[in-house]
Amino acid sequence: MFIINCPYCGDRDQTEFTCHGEAHIARPTETEQLSDEQWGEYIFFRTNPKGMHYERWVHAHGCRRWFNALRNTATDEIFATYEVGAAKPALPEGES
Amino acid sequence: MSQQYRLDNGGLIDRNKKLSFTFDGKRYTGYQGDTLASALLANGVRLLGRSFKYHRPRGLIAAGSEEPNALMQLENGAYTEPNTRATCIELYDGLVANSQNRWPSLEHDVGAINSAVARFLPAGFYYKTFMWPASMWMTYEKFIRKAAGLGVSPDKPDPDVYHSRYAHCDVLVIGAGPAGLAAADAAAASGARVMVVDEQTQPGGSTLGKPMSDEYTQWQANTVSSLQNNANVTLLPRTTLTGYFDYNYLTAVEKVTDHLGPGRGGDKPRQRFWKIRAKQVIIAAGSIERPLVFADNDRPGVMLANAVDTYINRYSVIPGKDVVVFTNNDSAYSTALNASANGAMVTVVDTRKSIAESLEKSLNDAGIRCFKRHAITSVQGSKGISSVRIMELADDGKTVQGQAWQIDCDIVANSGGWTPSVHMVSQSGGKLQYDQSIEGFVPEASKAKRINPNYSAGACNGKFATADCLAEGAKAGASAVAACGFNAGSAATLPSVSDDGMGHIEPLWLVPTIHPVGEGSAKHFHDFQNDVTAADIHLAAREGYLSVEHLKRYTTTGMATDQGKTSNLNALAIMAEIRGAQIPEVGTTTFRPPFTPLTFGAIGGQESGELFIQERHTPMHPCHVANGAVFEDVGDWKRPWYFPQAGEDMHAAVQRECSAVRQSVGVLDASTLGKIDIQGEDAAAFLEMIYTNNWKNLGVGRCRYGLMLNEHGMIFDDGVTTRLAEDHFHMTTTTGGAARVLGWLEEWLQTEWPDMHVYCTSVTEQWAVAALNGPRARDLLASMSDIDCSNEAFPFMSMREGTIAGIPARVYRISFTGELAYEINVPARYGRKLWETLLEAGKAYDLCQYGTEAMHVIRAEKGFIIVGQDTDGTVTPLDMDMNWIVSKTKPDFLGKRSFMRSDTSSEGRPQFVGLLTKDPQVVLPEGAHIVAEVKDAPPMQTLGHVTSSYMSPNVGRSIALALLKDGLNRKGDTVSLRLMNGDVVEAEVTNPVFVDQAGERTRG
Repeated sequence: MFIINCPYCGDRDQTEFTCHGEAHIARPTETEQLSDEQWGEYIFFRTNPKGMHYERWVHAHGCRRWFNALRNTATDEIFATYEVGAAKPALPEGES
Repeated sequence: MSQQYRLDNGGLIDRNKKLSFTFDGKRYTGYQGDTLASALLANGVRLLGRSFKYHRPRGLIAAGSEEPNALMQLENGAYTEPNTRATCIELYDGLVANSQNRWPSLEHDVGAINSAVARFLPAGFYYKTFMWPASMWMTYEKFIRKAAGLGVSPDKPDPDVYHSRYAHCDVLVIGAGPAGLAAADAAAASGARVMVVDEQTQPGGSTLGKPMSDEYTQWQANTVSSLQNNANVTLLPRTTLTGYFDYNYLTAVEKVTDHLGPGRGGDKPRQRFWKIRAKQVIIAAGSIERPLVFADNDRPGVMLANAVDTYINRYSVIPGKDVVVFTNNDSAYSTALNASANGAMVTVVDTRKSIAESLEKSLNDAGIRCFKRHAITSVQGSKGISSVRIMELADDGKTVQGQAWQIDCDIVANSGGWTPSVHMVSQSGGKLQYDQSIEGFVPEASKAKRINPNYSAGACNGKFATADCLAEGAKAGASAVAACGFNAGSAATLPSVSDDGMGHIEPLWLVPTIHPVGEGSAKHFHDFQNDVTAADIHLAAREGYLSVEHLKRYTTTGMATDQGKTSNLNALAIMAEIRGAQIPEVGTTTFRPPFTPLTFGAIGGQESGELFIQERHTPMHPCHVANGAVFEDVGDWKRPWYFPQAGEDMHAAVQRECSAVRQSVGVLDASTLGKIDIQGEDAAAFLEMIYTNNWKNLGVGRCRYGLMLNEHGMIFDDGVTTRLAEDHFHMTTTTGGAARVLGWLEEWLQTEWPDMHVYCTSVTEQWAVAALNGPRARDLLASMSDIDCSNEAFPFMSMREGTIAGIPARVYRISFTGELAYEINVPARYGRKLWETLLEAGKAYDLCQYGTEAMHVIRAEKGFIIVGQDTDGTVTPLDMDMNWIVSKTKPDFLGKRSFMRSDTSSEGRPQFVGLLTKDPQVVLPEGAHIVAEVKDAPPMQTLGHVTSSYMSPNVGRSIALALLKDGLNRKGDTVSLRLMNGDVVEAEVTNPVFVDQAGERTRG
């Protein structure tokens, strides 16, 4: 049961949040120009690392805002939470 | 004679408070402060249960929560609780306990035959024997469940009340022994918020069972008193830490009134479930003595040495008069001296060649015989012990030699060393390392999981001497508060204590006898509760189950309700010896919550009965109750299902309601429909992306039906949206999809199109909705409203504002029935008034209230889909024959690109059709499969399935909707459906619209 630092509300219990998978995947424009493979890449394929993962969360039972988090999926340590649109934070030293 | 094993003096019991209790129907007495175990022992009751598999007679082994044998069926009727440990049940007056797993009685148990056929019940027996043929498994299972198993669960509702609560603290201390108290004291001195949980009735931990110096006793009393008087400290006795989860989230069960007896808790709950979030955790959970694994070491009377100590010192009970102490370490010597000092005849059998001079001297002073380098090779007796035989150990420790000596005794107090309680560290994600000096796993502090900052102190960290426990606890307390940002201050003075804990240990993991393990009739148990023996480990190794995880599952060692508290290390070590490996190479299994069994009641807390799940009621709900509605659960909503009149069953009521809607007028409470208010200059552009059809050209005051797709091109919600102003829309969604859709809109607005100026607000509960449907709807509405209801002034798919019987309203002329229809929206606070007024005014128009079942039938008559019933997340608008709603001109909308995927554009996809059975009276079951070729038995190739099916009074026969492979090209074909009962039904594939195919009624 994590404690998650909502960029808008501060530390809150995990029960207030839901996770929505990998972050920083932009929806393609001009979708009709895409090959099936390119479109498939967008709708089906996600990384599933054991380790550091940039991912999307929403404070569903709180401010209802979406934000991104940098979490180690093996240890569940959350290194950063940041607003949608902000640049990816760098990986902390010693993490990959 | 009553309590013939009770000593004359001492103990933490109140001899002025005599308590009466029964065990297996026989009456006994004990004292306040006893556990059920100590009271039984005081009365000389040794035989407390039958073992799980072999039904062997079993007695007490331990004095604490690690007890594997003495499981009780506590109390009767609704209050009964199975598998409670006698060592953890505080005695109260009138307590009723019964032994388990025996029939017809504990003394004469039929299942004991299993012991005689033990050769045929080895590890893996069930896996090997009952797997084939698969069809017989159900038969086997019934037999196995009856023969095995422990206690009996109650068959009545739980009469007790439970609570749960959250708590936050700076430092949580687990355990109130010397280490825990020193830690809490040090932490509390800084002003930090401290919680201390301990499973026993009073603080003190292991010292409760030992004679302690006055200096220590005084320190402990002062410390406890200062903690109790500190407003920042919560000291919770009778509270077991059950689980350690991420970010220092821990759960604990407090047994608030269990010790008072059933129904005597007054206004307090029976148990309280604590959910604790701690900044720092100090684990001071102590250690558990492990038994030596020797021949027939499960006879009632073979106990752990510290348990004998505890019964003498804490409960003032001498478990036996002739005691053999069998040990491989120093700690059991205090047991020998204690028992001797309290009048028992004591003999020490030590597996080691030599012992410390000081120990030798104290035995001599007490006149206690000691056999060094000897081992117990057999235990005589079955329901108790009469004697043991001992022999000298050979140099390699694998065999015995020389002459056997027989020693008469009634108790064997044995100690194979001490196992640190690393359960919580392991649950926290910490790693363990093997410490050869104590022969046990201890926490590897440098490999703790960073999100769960904790410290281990005292015996659970491998430090058994009381002085070390105190020092380590105090240090951990200071470190923990410093990590929280408090000033730890100067160290408190700790009492000096001289014991050295376990002292020296020489492991002997498996005690040899004259026969090799597994031969002869003797059994070497390591897991008492699941009846697993050393021979089972040998068998597992021979059959290739070498890894510790396989060993555990194949032999079931460590998998009983005690989770192997006394057995795990012995099992690992025996496997290591077999493999010729070191114990760390064999490794250990992961400890999982809960530490000890807990009740479902505690987990549920107060969220049971009416509080289990919240119900949502519409503003009209009281009217529906008064009008006799039968309700249906739709999400959390209670919706009227149908309104039976006198003498009507459900079928009759629904048929009547369906007819009324098409013949006069019906009214449905549609308040539960999801409603989202969408505003902003980009609102129309946003809807263009969300829906498949066009929205920019929708006029103000006009309504339009829309389909929402996910990016895979699959339908996931639908509804009618109305333009209230250029930059203002009112969206409706399905009842169940309201929250999901709002989340979907927000996701796109916030993550993909944050530059769009659009604001979404849920208004589901702000509006009460009454849907008027039927040919007389206009007349009824016009009679109550100032709105011009003529077809010209108020056409289909438009919205008008006005008043209904004086109530301000928005009226949407939209239809889910195919009839002339108006959905009247009023502010929620007017909902009940609107409903009552409509029913009254409607009498002149034969107005009929109808529920969700009639709604379903009527919409199916028109082929209107219900998302989630007729669709299942794998169908596109094209599959639903709804191409008309998919824009061909918009450059993009969610899901559009997926129509071009090979899968969604391929031939032979399931498509939406109607079905008419050849026999009009047959109503197909929903979910029935259309098969390519009827066979006598499955498997058969399926072509699709029925999604909706009803008896329709308006069509005058049964109707059904289905998803059928290539269905749009099969209209007119006859298909076969094979039902679960084997019946085959033939049906014709049709257009899914069964009533008013031209759609004239709704526009008229």
